Amino acid sequence: MNQQDARTAVQAAIGQVAPDVEPGDLADGARLRQDLELDSLDFLRLVETIAGSTGVDIPERDYPAVATVGGLVEYVAAHG
Amino acid sequence: MPSLGADMEHGKVVEWLVRPGDYVRKGDLIAAVDTDKTVMDIESFEEGVVAEFLVDIGDTVDVGTPIARITATPAQLPSGRPASDRTSADQAPSGRAPADRNAKLPPPVRHLAHSLGVDVGSLHGSGTNGAVTRADVERAAAASPTRTPVPPAPAPDRVPDAASSGAARGGRVRSSPLARRLAEQFGVNLQGLSGTGPEGAVTEADVRREAAAGSRVEPPGPTPEPPVAAAPPVAAAPAGAGTGARRGRKEAAGGKAESLRQAVGALMSRSKKEIPHYYLATTLDLEAAMAWMASANGGRPVASRLVPSALLLKATALAAKEVPEMNGFFTDGSFHPGTAVHLGVAVALRNGGLVAPALHDADALTLDELMEQLRDLVDRARAGRLQRAEMADPTITVTNLGDLGVESVYGVIYPPQVAMVGFGRVMEQPWAHHGMLGIRHAATATLSADHRVSNGLRGGRFLSRIDELLQTPEEL
Repeated sequence: MNQQDARTAVQAAIGQVAPDVEPGDLADGARLRQDLELDSLDFLRLVETIAGSTGVDIPERDYPAVATVGGLVEYVAAHG
Repeated sequence: MPSLGADMEHGKVVEWLVRPGDYVRKGDLIAAVDTDKTVMDIESFEEGVVAEFLVDIGDTVDVGTPIARITATPAQLPSGRPASDRTSADQAPSGRAPADRNAKLPPPVRHLAHSLGVDVGSLHGSGTNGAVTRADVERAAAASPTRTPVPPAPAPDRVPDAASSGAARGGRVRSSPLARRLAEQFGVNLQGLSGTGPEGAVTEADVRREAAAGSRVEPPGPTPEPPVAAAPPVAAAPAGAGTGARRGRKEAAGGKAESLRQAVGALMSRSKKEIPHYYLATTLDLEAAMAWMASANGGRPVASRLVPSALLLKATALAAKEVPEMNGFFTDGSFHPGTAVHLGVAVALRNGGLVAPALHDADALTLDELMEQLRDLVDRARAGRLQRAEMADPTITVTNLGDLGVESVYGVIYPPQVAMVGFGRVMEQPWAHHGMLGIRHAATATLSADHRVSNGLRGGRFLSRIDELLQTPEEL
């Protein structure tokens, strides 16, 4: 999957899990937990949503790599 | 207007889930009520037919104020007496009047009479001692074909809905309250939909499909229940990226966040004034728990993965069962231990609010059940769809701020509860064990407890039980 498709999928998934987060908040460096305030249940739903929309299943051991918006986009692009 | 929590003084009816003429049973959801904290569905305390609403949508009334009149159905009435009205939600459910006829009327027959629209008071019973039988009711129903049948009672797991009477009353479509709400939001006409739910009921999915198919129109003006879309309070906002962008939404949150703040503030002030808190902390060794969870999650699809909170909550519920001084209510000057563990879970709402609804009988749930219910509860809390019992029932509450990075949290007890458990962040720590230094996952657990009910010794026992239980995660 190319970078742009991955970014679109990630933005859509975050929008679904945390409707209050605005597109302007989704800088690559934004941390999902601390900056976007997703808790562990939100994060789980996010992983689930991305698996559903892109087919990319993120195993738990890879969670550290997807802690930021940019990291998540990279991951989805590389595995999708 | 029932009380939906110790701190609630008034509530606002924001939606009726039934309509006049609907038949409701005890426990059926009848209205959505907005408290200062959140929107909750409330149930009927009576069985009967909704005669009229006594308050309008948008009215705020004190706890104890009658909001609807529910009358007994003809089949429930003693013969020759006028219908006695019973008012929902302003009193404890009163027993059914011991009428001569009713005493001889087994519930299944009464139910049949009700659904066939037969007034048993007018029947001559052919059973033992003049009791009315099924056959009597059926005969009476057959003898008067002009009688309009009363709609059959809805299945207990469904909200009563006038639509169940179908074409008889204006051809309304059977639908769930959620579906109706969504339909209104999306501007979807339920009449035109063919439902895929039980008995052709229009479901949430049907409405969403229809809305997606293009018949969607923008909702006219603000919906009664604005989507939860607001910023967290400034104090909780991260210092990093995004803080500025959130300010606008904070203002948009407007009065709701403010009244929520006040409600939480009033309750916490009362707690600190009345409850002599004492505080304990211990470090939980989560090596075994995290390793077990990682291996369990390894073989699972995302949807059924566990989070550390699920293990912590389950261990807390089991420990609360074993140390009863932590679980229950302090009311009328004395402690009343809970007969079950209803574990309150503090949920931060996205508008900065805080609610702590209960996972019922948390000690008896398997980890998977608990996880599923936790996700459901948090989703509904954020969507403002909690039920009365969930708000009123918690016997002990857990706050888990660890998700957002703090190491420990000392909570304020929710009156009339007597204990609050706090969990900090799960993190790797240097850990001395058998004379060796290693790295382990660990988290700080804290206890705020009521000194009128327990002392540090019992509190310490409770916290160390949580740690012990987490050493055998496969048994949780």
